[in-house]
Amino acid sequence: MDIQRDVMTYDVVVVGAGPAGLACAIRLKQLAPAKTVCVLEKGSQVGAHIMSGCALEPAALDALLPDWRKTPPEICVPASEDQFLLFTKTGSWRLPTPPQMKNHGNFIISLGSLCTWLAKQAEALGVDVFPGFAAAHPLVEGGKVIGVRCGDMGVNKDGTPGPNFAAGVDIHAGTTVLAEGCRGNVSKKLIMEFRLGADSSPQTYGLGMKELWRVPPGRVKPGLIQHSVGWPLDGKTYGGSFVYHLDQDRVYVGFVVGLDYEDTDLTPFEVFQQFKNHPSIKQLLEGGEILSAGARSIVEGGLQSLPKLDMPGAMLVGDAGGTLNVPKIKGVHMALRSGMLAAEHLAEHGTSAGFDAAWRSSPSARELHKVRNIRPGFRFGLWLGLINAALETVTLGLLPWTLKNHADWSNLKQRREGKAIRDYLERTLPPRDRLASVYFAATSHDEHQPAHLKVLDTNICVGRCAEEFGNPCTRFCPAQVYEMVDDGAGKKRLQINAANCVHCKACDIKDPYEIITWTTPEGGSGPNYQNL
Amino acid sequence: MKILVGIKRVVDFNVRIQVKKDGSGVELAGVKLSINPFDEIALEEALRIREKGTQAEVIAVSIGPADVQQQLRTALAMGADRAVLVETADALQPLMAARVLLEMAKRENADLVILGKQAIDDDCNQTGQMLAALWDRPQATFASAVELKDKTLRVTREVDAGLEVIEVDLPAVVTTDLRLNTPRFVKMPDIMKAKSKPLATVKLAELNVAAAPALEAVSYAAPAARKGGHKVADVQALIKELHDRGVLA
Repeated sequence: MDIQRDVMTYDVVVVGAGPAGLACAIRLKQLAPAKTVCVLEKGSQVGAHIMSGCALEPAALDALLPDWRKTPPEICVPASEDQFLLFTKTGSWRLPTPPQMKNHGNFIISLGSLCTWLAKQAEALGVDVFPGFAAAHPLVEGGKVIGVRCGDMGVNKDGTPGPNFAAGVDIHAGTTVLAEGCRGNVSKKLIMEFRLGADSSPQTYGLGMKELWRVPPGRVKPGLIQHSVGWPLDGKTYGGSFVYHLDQDRVYVGFVVGLDYEDTDLTPFEVFQQFKNHPSIKQLLEGGEILSAGARSIVEGGLQSLPKLDMPGAMLVGDAGGTLNVPKIKGVHMALRSGMLAAEHLAEHGTSAGFDAAWRSSPSARELHKVRNIRPGFRFGLWLGLINAALETVTLGLLPWTLKNHADWSNLKQRREGKAIRDYLERTLPPRDRLASVYFAATSHDEHQPAHLKVLDTNICVGRCAEEFGNPCTRFCPAQVYEMVDDGAGKKRLQINAANCVHCKACDIKDPYEIITWTTPEGGSGPNYQNL
Repeated sequence: MKILVGIKRVVDFNVRIQVKKDGSGVELAGVKLSINPFDEIALEEALRIREKGTQAEVIAVSIGPADVQQQLRTALAMGADRAVLVETADALQPLMAARVLLEMAKRENADLVILGKQAIDDDCNQTGQMLAALWDRPQATFASAVELKDKTLRVTREVDAGLEVIEVDLPAVVTTDLRLNTPRFVKMPDIMKAKSKPLATVKLAELNVAAAPALEAVSYAAPAARKGGHKVADVQALIKELHDRGVLA
């Protein structure tokens, strides 16, 4: 198909209006106002696709926009108290809060609202922010990234142009800043093409799920930050919960499950729902209502999984590279800092070359180096993981070894005789199931478009995968996109409910045969998160 | 000719509506706001009339607070020639909106006013009809096809029994139904061009329109949550339960 495409030219194109991308755009305009900068965002508006805990460490934001506290974003509650708990099915114990998890001076925010707020600051500085436009493909010419191609709009299910077809624009730029967040689809292609991961461990991930609740009056203590480990996960599976108390009787509740889990029968969504029904959490939520909900993969690989952050014509910032600090359970300050550093590098040198070295000699790299062995230590189970974490913390990360990471999909164990017995409760709190949960994500995809989740060979799903793993995609997807249904001839077939997708990317990461690829749907499709 | 298109900003159709805690209205903080989908169809139709070769100027008009400029910029990016925002902090009821639109139609000397048949927030379906009456001009509501011939407009209307085709003399008011067209996607270069298209602002107070609301909203409430059903053991239990609930005598 020969398509005429418009070309737009900028000095810098930023892919993704998250904290890293917007910080980069803002910093660049502060330092070099003459540079033309645009930011592409696949969500229907800035903030629609982003989700985080989120307890913000404000120093990076102070450095970027010193006056931000005068007109703070929509949700911004000062942290008041930290609690770190070990859960069993019926009770909980207070553990000493690890020093890196203390939140004094931090703020509980909605990352979505923060990004909406940052986008306004960027636009005021002259940045062109384009929500509803998805970067679908990198443009590479002569071994150099020269920009990105936006996805076509109005394509029929069979791939032909529909009546309101609009060809995606090519954006050419001196430098392309990839700020897509965890497992970005353009970043993924470029990391492979330029072999940026050749000298690092494979990236590892977690799957985060989160709900915003309004509960009956008198229950929330604004600023209270609770984290837990333990039940409903067994000792072998990494993960934990967060409960952040906001104002106006609102509370964030969420759970992160390490995607390196081994048990193919685990359903991360069920783990989260079980947690909510624990007596101590249920008494907080019962009688309340869910305002919004979502799910998103997060980067957990740390320093040893960080790919090279620059390539000719482009650089990776924030979680597109993977700068999140897992033991601190914070990524936003790192994302802001890496975006700012990228802008400073570009303003000074005018090229992406050397950004990797600049980042690795920055305080952010030192922060990740100190904690590099904590997350991998949990491979040995919760208790050894906690002991290792304590040891690494008191020795400030000076121990001479660095533990390696393994690809999450390779950790999944094949089904053996009988299933694991789970110590679960009977649930009573909403949502009843994953479909009811997707409703709170307000996700929407025009159903006329081709499915944006590509499965290379569905014979594997019906054959090998059904036998060896029992189709884990039907369980790890928090939006129930994948279902094995009767094909009408006595067999099963894979049904992909692409319209339910909340763009978390778990399938792209965890599928044990690496045959699922997440591609961008039409710009503006996907979840419409509010205040997550 | 001049085509006036009404653009109302509403809570986006994908958003789950939440009633404010005190029942005074619908939560708008942190909520995505967009052009009413029926108004997008109205604008698309105006653009198609112009693209079919009719010399036409398409003017997008909205009523609302200053930041409705954002939706008017989108209308300009879709292809409107210019836009006017009638600025007011208050939400207007259909009769007041019709009065404002009448004033704008007169000021602009409009030949055709195309409006959405209703806005998806209040679902009133009144403004177009009220405007036609105030203006004393013909109305063609629920349009699913529009054809311009000189100074008359042939409009196919979606009515209960099927389709009705009528002809109206211009100037006239048309309100759009869903099947009229599929609005185009906004293109990125057009968003840039729209930044330099004229967008005028008029204060509502300057328009000399009687602006007292005719209706008073008493309270808002979400529909009661559906209670889950349960299974009964057998027919006897079912009949007993129906008796207990007073369904069977």
